[in-house]
Amino acid sequence: MSEIVLSAEAPTAEAIESAWRRVQLARHPQRPRTLDLIALIFDDFAELHGDRSFRDDPAIVGGPALLEGRPVMVIGHQKGKDTESNISRNFGSPYPEGFRKAQRLMRLADKLGIPLVTFLDTAGAFPGPAAEERGQAEAIASSIKLMTGLQVPIVVVIIGEGGSGGALAIGVGDEVLALENATYSVISPEGCAAILWRAPESAPTAAAAMRMTAADQLELGVIDGVIEEPGEGAHADHAGTAAAVKQAILGTLGRITRLDTEALLTTRYARLRGIGLVRETEVASPQLPQEPSLRRRIGRLLRLPGVPRRPRWSEIWPSGEDADANEEGA
Amino acid sequence: MQIKLPFSRRREVTPETWTVCPSCESQIFNRQLERNLRVCPTCGHHFRMGIGQRIELMLDDGSFVEHDAGLDSGDPLGFHDQKPYVDRLEAARIKTGLREAAVWGIGSIEGQRVAIGLFDFHFMGGSMGSVVGEKLARCFEAALVERIPAIVVSASGGARMQEGTLSLLQLAKTTAPLVRLDAAGIPFISILTDPTTGGVLASFASLGDVILAEPKALIGFAGARVASGTVGEELPEGFQSAESLLEHGFVDDIVPRSELRPTLSRLLRLLPVAAADDGLQTTGDTRGWGPIGVLSGMAERFGTAVSETIGIEVEQPPADGSGPASRRPREDER
Ligand SMILES: [Zn+2]
Repeated sequence: MSEIVLSAEAPTAEAIESAWRRVQLARHPQRPRTLDLIALIFDDFAELHGDRSFRDDPAIVGGPALLEGRPVMVIGHQKGKDTESNISRNFGSPYPEGFRKAQRLMRLADKLGIPLVTFLDTAGAFPGPAAEERGQAEAIASSIKLMTGLQVPIVVVIIGEGGSGGALAIGVGDEVLALENATYSVISPEGCAAILWRAPESAPTAAAAMRMTAADQLELGVIDGVIEEPGEGAHADHAGTAAAVKQAILGTLGRITRLDTEALLTTRYARLRGIGLVRETEVASPQLPQEPSLRRRIGRLLRLPGVPRRPRWSEIWPSGEDADANEEGA
Repeated sequence: MQIKLPFSRRREVTPETWTVCPSCESQIFNRQLERNLRVCPTCGHHFRMGIGQRIELMLDDGSFVEHDAGLDSGDPLGFHDQKPYVDRLEAARIKTGLREAAVWGIGSIEGQRVAIGLFDFHFMGGSMGSVVGEKLARCFEAALVERIPAIVVSASGGARMQEGTLSLLQLAKTTAPLVRLDAAGIPFISILTDPTTGGVLASFASLGDVILAEPKALIGFAGARVASGTVGEELPEGFQSAESLLEHGFVDDIVPRSELRPTLSRLLRLLPVAAADDGLQTTGDTRGWGPIGVLSGMAERFGTAVSETIGIEVEQPPADGSGPASRRPREDER
């Protein structure tokens, strides 16, 4: 990534308003969900259920489908349409078994050599005690790892909220696209505001500071393309949105299915390795290389005067006090 | 190249200063605490440990050489909350003597070379941004090139919010090299210390071939604040502890600090790097099995049926013992 030089200033009122409007559109209750888009984009789709270990998590759906007659595997987060379906789908926040179901379907795609298409739309992985007990972190980590090494092409489309690790767990791709009003963030704006501003009502400010809109994500190099939404936005035109998403998926698959497996994996690896801002400076490690001379070694052993003591790592990097509470990660 | 030794930051531990143990409330002289590996002598509470002391605890004296010390974070988002990100970074550097929340290097454990990454929670909560992710990825890649085991000691609140999704994507950047370590037959040992949560636990830290944890360490996906806010219920005590993870099958063992170095040394001997698949021949190594040694052993016991079922042709090892190379000799065996 080229270095983006920005002056670190608190977001302007205009930036806050604009970012928050996108967040609300990404969360719009009438926005097309994964199953809506699947029905409009694919010729056929067979939903498969269950992680073969614990249960079926309705917050993630998936199965084989036909795209213009060609087989693909589709996986996506699934939010509900009303209170009842939202409760049964846990508002699209998966438990570990959801990610394990996704992994099972990814392995099937890998086995059959068919491309994988994923739709991201979650506020995040569910954080409750039951999710922890069943290994939420392990499930996300394993999904990410599986995707980085999957030997079939992967297209990722962020259709609504791309919420943190729960989104990335099915979001590692050869190309990552996002709908115009979709968002992608490391933590929810509410969570970020609670930790860094100590005020949940600062969520709009946090949303602007995190630069979580599709356009920002494109500029940061996290995603590869933005899919324009028709008219007022995806919520107002499901068919138009699905047509745009379909065109984008076909375009991307046309590009990446031309690569052989080795080129595909090398390119995917390079894409991930290149993400982030890292500056190489010439600063050396504080520890001097150990002086090997015999005089010094004997001198140190016998504690002779005039022989400099090698500094200890614990003096250079001591154990310290606690971190500031508002500096913790997510 | 400028080498600056930050002796001015050296902490003077005077006998007058003492610490109250948060677990048993006994008063411990700081000097005694440091001598006891920052473990409470009364109740065994493990205080957080900095990178310097961790290196001394785990690695052979003088063996550690830091790599990529000059990697510096920038401010890719121009992030500003209550204060600018760049100011937070500078304050953390002054406070800890570190340039970032993690360092990586190569050292040895009882003569066995390892690529090792270490976190310090005191540097911005050990949070993982682009540079921390880069260091860990390079640590794993060095393990791959040098064919030595990888070890990471985690102590982190998770992904660094101030770098937004660039931090989130470090979960994938640090995990991708592990696929290559798998293919190359190189073990990775993950050590979880207090606290390991969020994006660090949801990536490489949960993917060790062996995962060890320190006693009573807080280990969990969601920070307690996030969880209670979302779930809206009282959280059961200890559900994010090392002990709970052991019970539910997500860590291999809980290892007290005093046992960490011998435990690692033992594991490194029990889990050797696989034979390099480059036709390299070594002789005189009688401890290895050879690439298909286990299978050929089974075939001998059960006749040819097993080898047919498995679909691998079983070769009889030559009588002179010059079988296929099982692994490269370690540094200390040459
Ligand atoms: Zn105590």
